[in-house]
Order: sequence, then C-alpha cells, then structure tokens
Amino acid sequence: MSAVLSPHYAEAGDVREAALRPILRPGSLFWVTVAVLGLIVLAGMVAYLHQLRFGLAVTGLNQRVSWGFYISNMVFFIGISYGGAMTSAILRLTNAPWRAPLSRMAETMAVVALMVGGLFPIIDLGRPDRMYNLLLHGQVGSPVVWDVVAITTYMAAGLLFLYLPLIPDIAVCRDRLGPAAGGLRRALYQLLSVGWQGTSQQRHILERGITVVAIIIIPLAVSVHSVLAWLFGVTSRPGWDSTIFAPYFVLGAMFSGVATVILIVAAFRKAYHLEAYIRQEHFQYLSYILLALTLAYSYFMFSEYLTVGYKMHETDGPLLQLLMTGRLAPFFWLFVVGGLVLPVLLIALPQTRNIAGITIASLAVLLGMWLKRFLIVVPGLAEPLMPSELTIYWPSRVEVAITLAAAAAIPLMMMLFFRVFPILSIYEMEEFAEVPAEHASETPDAEAE
Amino acid sequence: MMPHLIRAALYSPSPPQLVRCQYRAKLRRSRLGLPIGSRAGAQGVRQESQRQWGFVVDLRRCDGCKYCTQACQDTHYLAEDQEWIKVYEVEDENQNKYFIPRLCMQCENPPCVKVCPVEATFKNPDGVVLVDQHRCIGCRMCMAACPYEARYFNFTDSPKPPSPFDNPMPEFPVPQQRGTVGKCVLCVHYTHKGQLPACVEACRMDALYIADLNSDVMTNRSGETYKFSEYLRENDAFRFKEELNTSPRVWYVAGHGQTLGGGRWR
Repeated sequence: MSAVLSPHYAEAGDVREAALRPILRPGSLFWVTVAVLGLIVLAGMVAYLHQLRFGLAVTGLNQRVSWGFYISNMVFFIGISYGGAMTSAILRLTNAPWRAPLSRMAETMAVVALMVGGLFPIIDLGRPDRMYNLLLHGQVGSPVVWDVVAITTYMAAGLLFLYLPLIPDIAVCRDRLGPAAGGLRRALYQLLSVGWQGTSQQRHILERGITVVAIIIIPLAVSVHSVLAWLFGVTSRPGWDSTIFAPYFVLGAMFSGVATVILIVAAFRKAYHLEAYIRQEHFQYLSYILLALTLAYSYFMFSEYLTVGYKMHETDGPLLQLLMTGRLAPFFWLFVVGGLVLPVLLIALPQTRNIAGITIASLAVLLGMWLKRFLIVVPGLAEPLMPSELTIYWPSRVEVAITLAAAAAIPLMMMLFFRVFPILSIYEMEEFAEVPAEHASETPDAEAE
Repeated sequence: MMPHLIRAALYSPSPPQLVRCQYRAKLRRSRLGLPIGSRAGAQGVRQESQRQWGFVVDLRRCDGCKYCTQACQDTHYLAEDQEWIKVYEVEDENQNKYFIPRLCMQCENPPCVKVCPVEATFKNPDGVVLVDQHRCIGCRMCMAACPYEARYFNFTDSPKPPSPFDNPMPEFPVPQQRGTVGKCVLCVHYTHKGQLPACVEACRMDALYIADLNSDVMTNRSGETYKFSEYLRENDAFRFKEELNTSPRVWYVAGHGQTLGGGRWR
C-alpha cells in the first residue's frame, strides 16, 4: 500500500505542478479535443432546437412507446453521477488514503453528469415552456414531482461536495497563479477560496464539513435513484411493476458509476500525464469494487427474472420472452455477455487485471448499462397492455444526436472545469504524503474488498 | 321508450362546472385512493352530481366497423393516431375474429390522475376524467400509468383549421394542443345537453350504451333502454383488469368466446 502513496508524490511541488499543468499549459491537443467535443454538443443543441420547433413528432416515439432514448438517458446519466458521488463519499468516510488523486475527478463527474442527466426530463417534455407549472401546481402525489425535488436537492449537495474539498486548492491557485492569471480568474479564485490560509482551525472546520456532506450525500443519492425507479415502479406495466426496482436501480447506478469513474480516471491520467500519481493499484482497487457490483447486479437481475419467469404471468411472460428469445434477445444477451460476463472475466483473471483490461471492462459495463436502461424503459412500454401487437420504437436522428451530445458534454465540461480548477486534490494528496507510510497502510484494504 | 324521452331523462339541469376549485376536495379524495362519485355497480345512490356517467359495450353486436372511432375523431378534430375509442381486432382459439372497442374507462380510482405532476388531469363531478391542456406539461407519466392505453399524446398539431373562436377547455378540448396529452372526454359537451356521445350516436350496430349510475339507466342510439344494474347482472358484464382496483366505469358484455373476466385481455 505504501508504494501507492508516499514515494511518488512526497514532494509537494510535483503534485502542484501536475495539478496545475492543465491550467497553465493546456497544449494544442486540449483545444482540438475541446473543439471536437464542442461540435458534437453543438450538433445536439441544433437537434434540440429542431425538436422545439416541430415538437416530439421529430422523435421515434409513438402512442405506445412514449418514453424512449431521453428517459433511458436520464436514468443512465443520473446513475453515473450517483456512482461518482458514492464512490468518493464511501472512500472518504472509510478514510481510504488511495482515493486522494481520484476524488476530485469522481466528484466533478458527479456534478457534470447530474447536470446532463437532469436536462433529459426537460428535453423529454412535450411543453417545456410550461415547466413552471411544476412549481405553481406541483402535486406531491406524483413521482415526477418527487424527482424534481430529489434531483435539485442532490444537485445542491453534489455542488457542495465538489466545492468543499476544492477550497484549499483554489487558495493554491490564488497564491500560485494569482499574479499570472487574468483579472476575472483572479477575482474568481479570490472569491471562491473564502480566505483560506490553511490554519489548523480552518482545516478542522473544513474536514468536519466534508465529512458531514459525505455522510449526507449517501442517503440523498440513494433517494434520488429510488425515486427514479418509482417513476416506473408505481405503474402497473409488465417489467416495471416490481418491488425490487428501487434497490435494483440504486445498485445499477453505483455499478455504472464506478465504471465511469474508472474510465474518466484512465482518460485524464493518459491525457494529462498523471501516471506518477494514479497507478495500476488504483485501478485494481476500483476494479474490485466494480467486480463486486457486477456480481451483485447480476444477482439482482437473476432474482428478478427467476421469480417472474417461473410464473410467466400473462403480462410479464411475453415481456420476458421478448427479451430473452424474441426481437430484443440480441440486445439483451449482448448486455449479459458484454456488460456482465466480460467485465467479470477481465477483472477476475490476473492476466487482464491491468489498466488496459480494467478500462475495457469499465467501457463494457458502461455501454452495457446504457443498453440495460433502454431495455428497462422501452420493452415495458412496447409490450401491449390491451389486445394488440408489439410496438416498435426506433430512435430518430434527433434523439441520437442529443444522446451523443450528452455523452460528449461530460468530458467537455470536465475538461473546461479542470482548465480553471486543479484536477488533483492537492490538499489531500499533500496531507496523505505527510502521513507516515506504516500508518497509512492500516485502512485501505478493508475498502477494497 | 322514445329516444327523446330518454334524452330528457338523461338531461342534467346543471351545466358542467368549469370552476376548478369546486373539484379540489374531490381531487384530494381521489388522490388518497378514496372513492369519489358513486360506487361501482350502480346502486342508484344520489351523489354530489346529478349524473355519474358510465358506459356499456355489447361485444356480441360489435362488427368492427370503426364508425365510432371516425365519429370521435371528426367531433374532436383529432389527428389520425389519436383513437380515443379504439377498436381492437382479436382472434380466439378457433381463429374467429371479434372486436373490442376501448375508450377511456373513466376509472373511479384513476392511476393517471394520481401520477400527474401538475394536476392537469382530474375527475369532473360527473365522474369523467378530463385533461386541462392549458396546464399539461407533456411528461406522459399518465400514459405510462394508464393500464388501458387510453391516453394519447399530441405529437402533431390538431388538423382543425385555426379559428378565432378556438377556446379549448377540458370538457371540449378542440383543437388539441401539440405537446399535451388528450383522451376520451365521454363527450361531456354533448351529454350535458342531453345528447349522446359521438361514438354512441355513430354506432350503427347499437353496441354502445351510455349509462347513468345515479338514475340506473342505460341507453343506446336506437333508444334501447335498460335498467343498468339489472342489465349488467343478467348479461354477466365484466370490466377490464378488475385486479388493479382502478374500478372502471366501462362494462363489457362478452359473447364471442371471450373469457369472462379472465384470459390475457381481461
């Protein structure tokens, strides 16, 4: 354990150099990437304007399948946000020192993904111009209103969870970059660092604050995803009418969220040359969590399908057939093999339990979980409740463009954020570097189980 | 009895109240899952309103001509994909076809009303579920919640040519507004004048009946009139998806080998 920590960033100057490099010298590749991602996001915005002009008729939705890509995306993006916040919060509370170089990225991803995911219910509205009715006439009995309350509360907590550990680092920016930075940025650092001087009293208050937010954010994140699940669970549709849905969604969110953290960390590690701070061990610890969650998710899914499939009730039975042997079987089995079996193998086998293998496993989980969300939302609607045939939903170009834009917006917003704020938690990494190696090795392994 | 007498009997002296605040107490009751209006089974109990509308479909008579759908779409200026009364074609085990017209079930315990985030959908005093299309935000939660697929989203504008007199209201939502949800309104704009709903009026097979649960009377286009509760009992009328406890106000009379209250399409 000690190998992960002290020797590599014992010298505080190195950490600061690495964390501030993207702010000082982004490099040409940065701008090329920003431009490419920006164009994808722009295309999505144009697609949305088109949808505003012509209504939801430009989507592939129809009278039966009235929720499609947008609602799947909402569940998916809010899910990965939740995973980012949970990973960071649990590692903080269990005091795992190896989290230090990862927590900033996880917390930023949580906020950014929530911003993107929170937009989808609005994109999905037939009359977004009347959103204010939710405030004027909000009806507490409606799961949609629960969602609005839960997402906004969670957003506030997520921002706080990102901001608090950032304060000392903003102070570093203020002191190190202040003179060189432009007036606007200097004022921003001045304002946001709230007079941080690193006194022991300030440190004490900050650490207490972070712990409190880390504790609060866990039930909040659980509630957000439970509420999302109840959006489906309160209906009597096949596949949705399930008591297991809330914990199932929470687990799925965490599962896809840890995979996203691994992917984001792998990408920024490579692009921002953080190899000295984020090492194979970090990926392995995260991959153990991912492995455990893969198995847990498989167990939930198996339990759900077994109890439904054993009885084959008149509405659930056809849905199960549709998924397992019918038209959607290729997608379903692609998820099972690609999103569950493949990651388990990649992580379980020592030969592939390296950065490349773990990154591929995470990508497979992420794509698989998007597919799973789609397979939860759409077949539940496509399966007829009245005597008629199955309805086919095929997304339109507008829906695909907006979905791709959302996926591109997450790395883009993170890159822009790290253009202004340090990508590594300087404060925590220096803190842990000061801790003697023997002391640090006591805690982390318990978490990795 | 003569049709005009029945119409007089069904005539409700009080025009539908458009003032929403009068429904509030009842809305709250419905959201708590408490019964509103009269109980199912047409006990003839006088409730808050003069009429409690119900509907009977005699499946023995329906030949699937879809005149009802056409009449409904003409009356409300609906787009093609809006089939507020939809006629399903079903095949039994012996490959014999029969038809099931499905309109809004006007549930006494409507799931769509419970899940609406902005109280845009509500039950009126006559027991009819309506939508305020000036308030609906188009989230389509009600469509997901409806077990009868009776709700329709307006993906496109209403085909009605715009007129200076357009004033869509829940009771007569014409023209339909794009981006909002529409549904069968049981033609409350006709029934309160003592006229039959458009689908009943168009049913050349006399398979559709409008009923009043309070006065326990049902009648169809030709003026065939029955004591509602007796008719239901004598003809073994059933309702779709009883087990969901939505308590629909549309009863069906089977006749072509449909499973009574059972089978996949209960």
